Amino acid sequence: MNGAKTRKQVVLALTYAVLILGSVLSLLPLYWMVRSSLLSSAQIFEMPPIWIPTEPKWENYEKALTILPFNRYFMNSIVIVAAVLLGTVITSSLCAYGLSRVQWRGRGVLFACIMASMMLPTAVTLIPTFLVWNQLGVTNSYIPLIAPAWFGGGAFYIFLLRQFYMGIPRDLDESAYIDGASHLTIFSRIILPITRPSMVVVGLFTFLNTWNDFLAPLVYINDEKRYTLALGLQLFSGMYKAEWHLLMAASCVVLVPVMILFVLGQKYFIEGITMTGIKG
Amino acid sequence: MTPKHALSAKQKRDQITGMLFSAPCLLGFIFFAALPMVISLYLSFTDYTVSKAPNWVGLSNYVNMFSGADPYFYKSLQVTVYYVVLAVPTSLIFAFAVALLLNQNVKVKGLFRTLFYVPSIVPVVAMSAIWMWIFNPSLGLANLLMKAMGLPTSNWIFGEGSVIPTLVGINLWSTGPTMIIFLAGLQDVPRQLLEAVEIDGGGPWSKLRHVTIPMMTPTIFYNLVMGFINGFQVFTQAYVMTQGGPNNASSFYVFYLYREAFKFSKYGSACAIAWVLFLIIMALTAVLFKLQSRWVYYSGGENG
Repeated sequence: MNGAKTRKQVVLALTYAVLILGSVLSLLPLYWMVRSSLLSSAQIFEMPPIWIPTEPKWENYEKALTILPFNRYFMNSIVIVAAVLLGTVITSSLCAYGLSRVQWRGRGVLFACIMASMMLPTAVTLIPTFLVWNQLGVTNSYIPLIAPAWFGGGAFYIFLLRQFYMGIPRDLDESAYIDGASHLTIFSRIILPITRPSMVVVGLFTFLNTWNDFLAPLVYINDEKRYTLALGLQLFSGMYKAEWHLLMAASCVVLVPVMILFVLGQKYFIEGITMTGIKG
Repeated sequence: MTPKHALSAKQKRDQITGMLFSAPCLLGFIFFAALPMVISLYLSFTDYTVSKAPNWVGLSNYVNMFSGADPYFYKSLQVTVYYVVLAVPTSLIFAFAVALLLNQNVKVKGLFRTLFYVPSIVPVVAMSAIWMWIFNPSLGLANLLMKAMGLPTSNWIFGEGSVIPTLVGINLWSTGPTMIIFLAGLQDVPRQLLEAVEIDGGGPWSKLRHVTIPMMTPTIFYNLVMGFINGFQVFTQAYVMTQGGPNNASSFYVFYLYREAFKFSKYGSACAIAWVLFLIIMALTAVLFKLQSRWVYYSGGENG
């Protein structure tokens, strides 16, 4: 009995050791980024390396952010994210409602199509979509980046919200229906308020994915004035290849908003990812 | 008679209401999935470039690819398959192992989960910048640590032979979502079964082999399918970090597609490249689904 107990403790201790080591490895690249962003260009080449910047060079940030107009890129990203967020939240919830709580013929087929489109590689639809936007003369604007969000916002979000809506007991809206409420009323007065957390999940993922998106802005935006933060960072890393301290400072700036968002909403992030794994 | 009549009026109303509610995604499906697929298929049989209208050229784009006339096709396919074959199993095993550890009776489980997940939210461009710096052969942290431990240094992403293994390693850093899905799946492994093994005198290994892994096969299957689909679409890392180099050693399939379409404006052949990718992914998914009955266990008895 005693032997088994000590063995259990050893296993637990090992588990902790591995988890701590893993966490350190997980955070080390991020720490190295922050650390490098606070060194001078001379310090960065010092051997042995400086692990903790004793006199942090905050001016690196000022320099990095003024070499390229990062404040403009920041605003551009914010504009795109805001428009995409609004479109996704509105249209994905409407569609999820239509696909879960209204009985109509063709509903199952449409849902199956949307699920199938989730497996469609972005790269395949990208070229024709680009060519059509190009014909319409709206490339180099934010329209191609924002428009899809207003058409359901993406299969994943519809799927996620539909899962939540299906979990709500039917009699709740049946009784409202008998009282003469329309579907729009039921949707906005009953379903939306009680599924607010799921909306937060959708909002957070939309923010993160739009903020981090690279391929679509890369394809559509040519004018440097209209660059997003991700494109700006890419431009910067091409221009200042050896200025590692500045590149790391710029990378930090791109990272900070999503970090804040993650810290505030991590419960929702975890819940959202968990949802994708079940009933997939 | 009246109730039946009223019902069908309601049904009629619901038909319209349902379609109106779902209209955005119906239109979205048509405009951003179905139509692009059709246009893309058509263009793949043409020689459409930015300067001239599409001419029907039959299968010649496909012939160019498969005959090897375009040397990049096989190269990029080979690079991508090499990456996928390494990255999918390693990331699955790694994420599963971390999930198992987190599922032990550890305190501050939430904190560990967060720490392992954090790298996954880092924007790929920022992530690429960090890794370019860490893997810098002369000044990067990776080689500093290797030297400190007395291990041989490497050129990492800047070496022809080491670039793919390094990218596979980088991929492990952001397996957070896979890990979370595994962790959620582990919550559903029935306790009674685990206890039954314990009563029979089975240790942790037999619990893992005979209960946990079989019960987790649906989750493993899901992550496997998603891993393959995503693995074939790796792009940003190659674009930002290596530009497909050195010597095309990281010229991933989507990178090749991107270059053909948006650098060389050869939209016709780019669409053919895209359709081949689509068919590869479809075929692979079909095979995986076909094979799942051999090893995936659904406790309900039925698939789903």
